[in-house]
Amino acid sequence: MADAVFLALSVITIGSAIAALEMRSLIYGSIALMGTLGGIAGFFFLLDAPFVALFQLAVYVGSIAVLILFTVMLVKRELIFKKIEDKRRKFAGIGLMLIIMVSLGAIFLDSGIKTITTDEPTVNFRDIGTDFVTYYWPALILMGLILASSVTGALVLARREDVENDQRIN
Amino acid sequence: MTSELIDFTLVSVALLAIGIYGLAVKRNFIRMLFAVEIIINAANLNLVAFGRFLPHSGGQTLALFSIAIAAAEVAVGLSLIIVAYRMYQNVDIADFRSLKG
Repeated sequence: MADAVFLALSVITIGSAIAALEMRSLIYGSIALMGTLGGIAGFFFLLDAPFVALFQLAVYVGSIAVLILFTVMLVKRELIFKKIEDKRRKFAGIGLMLIIMVSLGAIFLDSGIKTITTDEPTVNFRDIGTDFVTYYWPALILMGLILASSVTGALVLARREDVENDQRIN
Repeated sequence: MTSELIDFTLVSVALLAIGIYGLAVKRNFIRMLFAVEIIINAANLNLVAFGRFLPHSGGQTLALFSIAIAAAEVAVGLSLIIVAYRMYQNVDIADFRSLKG
């Protein structure tokens, strides 16, 4: 059975996920998204995975959420507060959400997952490090290349050519 | 540790459903990116939960890979938002019509 910490974390995570999508202001929405990401980090602590939890805090809450916040601030003020959606689509979306929740939840509750418990020792983070440099080393190198190329791609995409031309003329 | 695998799985299902709702209903580019983030986090939660209960270090390793790739995806997505906003002065995806035949 779930304990109090777990219940509190679930309420924070799911509540702020809904708030991130439904808040009127995009800035408050991205702060609520930070709550969701932090809640997931809390779940990682509960699952005895402190290394992944700290990675989540550093990468998601520390950099991605702040990046999103700054991008939102670059957008015009009236667009931040404007809600673009129609009512019928919204009701259809809520129906889809409930169908997915109920059907997938019923499948999981009915399956053998319910009986799985563990009292085995937790995975040591040294095992993760060993995994990274032995079995997964090609994937690690590939991930580094993907990260480098995506950051370069993002910089090239977001470059302002008009500003550069202006400076050249001056 | 008193919580069981099914609890974490149910939270993950709820987050997945909320993310799909966001992708289906919202037409704001930035909100859709929020929804994608929520779905990726639901997947990461599942990876770590199953890795804890097997127990196997592969779950946490894959979750770390997933977090790093998600960071790359967000960087590209945000720069696409900036480019689209510069072209159309809007973040409504219905206005992005350049690729429409």
